[in-house]
Amino acid sequence: MDESKNKRYWNEYQKEIADDKFFYERSCIRQTFFPGSEAAFLKIMREELGKDIRDEANQHTCTGIGYHSDIVPLETTMTVVARLFSLMTDAGYENYVPSCVTSFGIFTEMVEMWKEHPEMLEKTRKYLKEATGRDFEAPKNIAHPSDIIYKYRFELKEKMKYQLVNRFTGKPLRVVEHIGCHYAKIFPEKGIGKAEFPYVLAGMIEAWGGEVVDYPERRHCCGFGFRHYLLQENRGYSVANTKKKFESMEPFEPDFIVTNCPGCSMFMDKWQYTIAEMENKTYDKDGYGIPVLTYEEMAGMLLGYDPWKLGMQLHQVQVENLLDKIGIPYKPNEKYRGANGEILPSPEKPMNLKV
Amino acid sequence: MGNLYDLLMQDSRFEDALKACMNCGICTAICPAAEFFQYDPRRICDIVQRKDENEIEALLRSDMIWYCGQCLSCKTRCPRQNVPAEVILVLRQVAIKLGYMDEHIAEQEKRLAETVGNNILEIGYCVHPDKVKPELHQEQGPIWEWYVNNIEAVAPKLGANYHGDGPGALRKIREENLEEVRKIFEVTGGMDLLKTLKEEK
Repeated sequence: MDESKNKRYWNEYQKEIADDKFFYERSCIRQTFFPGSEAAFLKIMREELGKDIRDEANQHTCTGIGYHSDIVPLETTMTVVARLFSLMTDAGYENYVPSCVTSFGIFTEMVEMWKEHPEMLEKTRKYLKEATGRDFEAPKNIAHPSDIIYKYRFELKEKMKYQLVNRFTGKPLRVVEHIGCHYAKIFPEKGIGKAEFPYVLAGMIEAWGGEVVDYPERRHCCGFGFRHYLLQENRGYSVANTKKKFESMEPFEPDFIVTNCPGCSMFMDKWQYTIAEMENKTYDKDGYGIPVLTYEEMAGMLLGYDPWKLGMQLHQVQVENLLDKIGIPYKPNEKYRGANGEILPSPEKPMNLKV
Repeated sequence: MGNLYDLLMQDSRFEDALKACMNCGICTAICPAAEFFQYDPRRICDIVQRKDENEIEALLRSDMIWYCGQCLSCKTRCPRQNVPAEVILVLRQVAIKLGYMDEHIAEQEKRLAETVGNNILEIGYCVHPDKVKPELHQEQGPIWEWYVNNIEAVAPKLGANYHGDGPGALRKIREENLEEVRKIFEVTGGMDLLKTLKEEK
């Protein structure tokens, strides 16, 4: 196939991403487990890329976790979404950036539903007006934060201090990427590379010197399962699905995993700990596990941000071996200190997982 | 008993989610829940599509509709653009409405309403570090316990605004915002659903 044909086909796998003036929506899970990642994204947008991005104090959940767990009805979710859009409209913005893959799916679904069923849009407007007196406009553009980082990956590369290269061998790091089900499985055309050729994270990895590991279960779910993880007795579903992915990626010996969705990031980190404690099994050779990074952490560490301000100390699988491989300096004594430098008690050590 | 199929049709999502299933089974082949549970989305679509009221009632009363993990992998793969995971969302709402949930499912949904539901109404988010108790989340490991125990000292280091005023991660959600969210729940049936689930025995 000639190159122009290839290019034409690949164009079908791209999406429109706005250039500037973004309205940022925080995520239930990302701000809970990875607040440093949200801070890093805003810093990258403002300080590295010079973008206008609003961090709105009056925002709240999109209810996505409740919606997919059957405790929030469609009419409620669509109206809560409309309130968030009204905050965007009031602030004079049109480009919506939800920090969570579940939210990205929810917002896209509501906007598509309104296009398909104008009567639902009217119903939403009526509900919102009745409940809050507010009006809203749907966004012109919805992009996940990773879409924007992807769009500007080469500009960011110019500013990066480090690359995804093993400084001891000179070879590219081998990276497993996981885009999260609700990024491209619900509306494939809304994800870069659609569901078949996931490229939003792969594009970052390749641009920044790494090598993407294409393993059999690359597109399999992380196993969140909404009600399944939320109910203690159903968590076997969640860990079993993640285990399937670990077993599939193990022979490829990845240096680290990077994820699009905050839930996936948390599960792939914490289930490694769980499996190590339950079965004394890790999926690396040395018993430390495979570090799991958010894409903001990956970008931030290459830009030279302090790993402990990025929040990488909150991972159960430790990141120091990875930082050493790249050659990123860090202060071991700062890891478990507070914001004012106060010394805090160190966390307990797991029984099996090496830290 | 009224017409269950008509009840399903009343949900605006249903018609788009189940157009014409040809029973190819790709949804079941790709489904993570079908690997873990005795679960078969192909069969669910088949039962619903055949409009047999007795079979639909048995399905609504069964545990099977509660196995889906909502990953939506089925949507990507269905050659007919059906969405079994969305059919499930509709079936579950009808099962709740008619009180068809088995006792243990009702108890589970009650727990979800009392945790995630209350979180939304009281703190504005489905999840929050204050609500992820280490003793109920052993899988979160000792690092989570460390974070929760030291969050006031650690959160500012990560750029978070823990229980603070103004914008930022983990900020305090102002009462007027929570009030509007609660009002939306009241006007749109969200409060009624939570009430129903919390009252289930």
